[in-house]
Amino acid sequence: MATAMTITEKILASHAAKEQVSPGELIEVSVDLALANDITAPMAIRVFEELGVKRVFDPEKIALVPDHFVPNKDIPSAEQARIMMEFAHRQNIKHYFELGESGIEHVILPEKGLVLSGDLVIGADSHTCTYGALGAFSAGVGSTDLGVIMATGRIWLRVPATIKLIYQGQLRPWVGGKDLILFTLGQLGVEGAVYKTLEFSGEVITELSMEQRLTMANMAVEAGAKNGIFDADDTTRTYVEERSSRKGSYLSSDPDASFERVINIDTSEVEPQVALPYSPDNVHSISQVDPIALDQVFIGSCTNGRIEDLRVASEILKGRSVAHGTRLIVIPGSPLVYKEAILEGIAMTLLDAGAVIGPPCCGPCPGGHMGILAHGEKALSTTNRNFIGRMGHPKSAVFLASPAVAAASAILGRIGSPEDL
Amino acid sequence: MKFEGRVWKFGDNVDTDIIIPGRFLNISEDRILAQNCFADSRPDFVKNVIPGDIIVAGSNFGCGSSREHAARAIKASGISMIIAGSFARIFYRNAFNIGMPILESQEATDAFSEGARVSVDLASGEIRDLSSRNRYTAKSIPDFMMEIVKAGGLVKHIKAKGLV
Repeated sequence: MATAMTITEKILASHAAKEQVSPGELIEVSVDLALANDITAPMAIRVFEELGVKRVFDPEKIALVPDHFVPNKDIPSAEQARIMMEFAHRQNIKHYFELGESGIEHVILPEKGLVLSGDLVIGADSHTCTYGALGAFSAGVGSTDLGVIMATGRIWLRVPATIKLIYQGQLRPWVGGKDLILFTLGQLGVEGAVYKTLEFSGEVITELSMEQRLTMANMAVEAGAKNGIFDADDTTRTYVEERSSRKGSYLSSDPDASFERVINIDTSEVEPQVALPYSPDNVHSISQVDPIALDQVFIGSCTNGRIEDLRVASEILKGRSVAHGTRLIVIPGSPLVYKEAILEGIAMTLLDAGAVIGPPCCGPCPGGHMGILAHGEKALSTTNRNFIGRMGHPKSAVFLASPAVAAASAILGRIGSPEDL
Repeated sequence: MKFEGRVWKFGDNVDTDIIIPGRFLNISEDRILAQNCFADSRPDFVKNVIPGDIIVAGSNFGCGSSREHAARAIKASGISMIIAGSFARIFYRNAFNIGMPILESQEATDAFSEGARVSVDLASGEIRDLSSRNRYTAKSIPDFMMEIVKAGGLVKHIKAKGLV
């Protein structure tokens, strides 16, 4: 009889052509999709060229997505984007996306059906772990690893041990995937899952939409995890089948698989959460956070730049206005999200409330452009990191929260919950 | 491989935004990245680092973004190797991939302070404090990773082995 395995082990074993794998084992795996962006691709391309290889391993299994510093913010950024674009054309890379069809990598790849359940995805971006929401194994690497994958289609990995998180109970009003992952980070700490898998499960998870799952998997890396993952279920199947003609393998962990640790979380106790500067694990319940005045609120990013996020924000902002003295920046994660926001009237609601809407890209999240903070400024953001200087001046401060808390805070001009309105 | 150098001391959870802030990522040449290494947190670093210096840091060094720019900036600044309590996983891979040795020893991390002189034998994992003569042993590097470092990084390793 086959040994019981977790979903992560099953995917790794099948891509290493092995019957089974166990934690700690070093394996070499084949990659279904390799990903890089305008920051990490130029370095990966240099590595690829140093290897002396003429053609990429498979031009249909590489995705190159300009998203960090586009629309090009300055001359060096423009040069970086051009290096990636020219390489993509030279190598006939199928999934290269130019502005207009491009958006944030981790928003557009699931949206375009490029990642399926059971896939193994490696990306030169730490938030590549987002695709675990689809029941895929996905992990971030640096540019050298990515350059080698572009040449060989393969990478070595150490099989991670799995921490299983079981979420049970009711969800309080305005609590969603972002609050659950922030709460979890507060419990685990930023090195609580280094080299490990975070597996999200339990009755609460089963009820979560795909978008909320993407938000949670996205921040697995904030606990140091190699990947975050969900068992594939009907929600996964529906999401994937609507977007891709390729057939996924809908896998789940065996009930008797071995987990390094099992953590039970009672969600009935979880309020909307806020991560205070300067670490995503510095998490507090909103009722415990001072009503700090805000210069800026940002709604967007690979964590919370999807249509469901904008719907929640718009529901709260409808008929209200952004506080005087506070800027609200909204950046839809993809052209599709932008179009849906227009069709559903969300864009008009946001504009009427006094928000500015930017073009699909990472925006201010990695400190690039479109909302950089000045000395002493404070921002509340739906993004994933609040390190020192992350969104601008080293003396600025970023608070992380959900789109609901962000929308409410923009109206209040200070950190607050929708309940305060 | 043996190293000897002066210590630059850092704390826990040094993230890659601290090592190289996002605004400097519009360029990918190692030499230019090095000019902005620790730009906000340690403005004295670039001015005073000398080739051969060693970074000694706390746990989870290199957490956050996958940007290999961080490991490359440190290496190109002249730092010969890093000793930390532990490393974030992507940084760990990146360091080996670019041929920059790293060792894990919480003991050594606790013992060393800024400016100490240290010698390191990578193969045995022995770390020595050259003034107190105290010795510490780091976690051994897996053979497979050691091969990569000895070759001078993943690209050279792959080419030497004829893997492409």
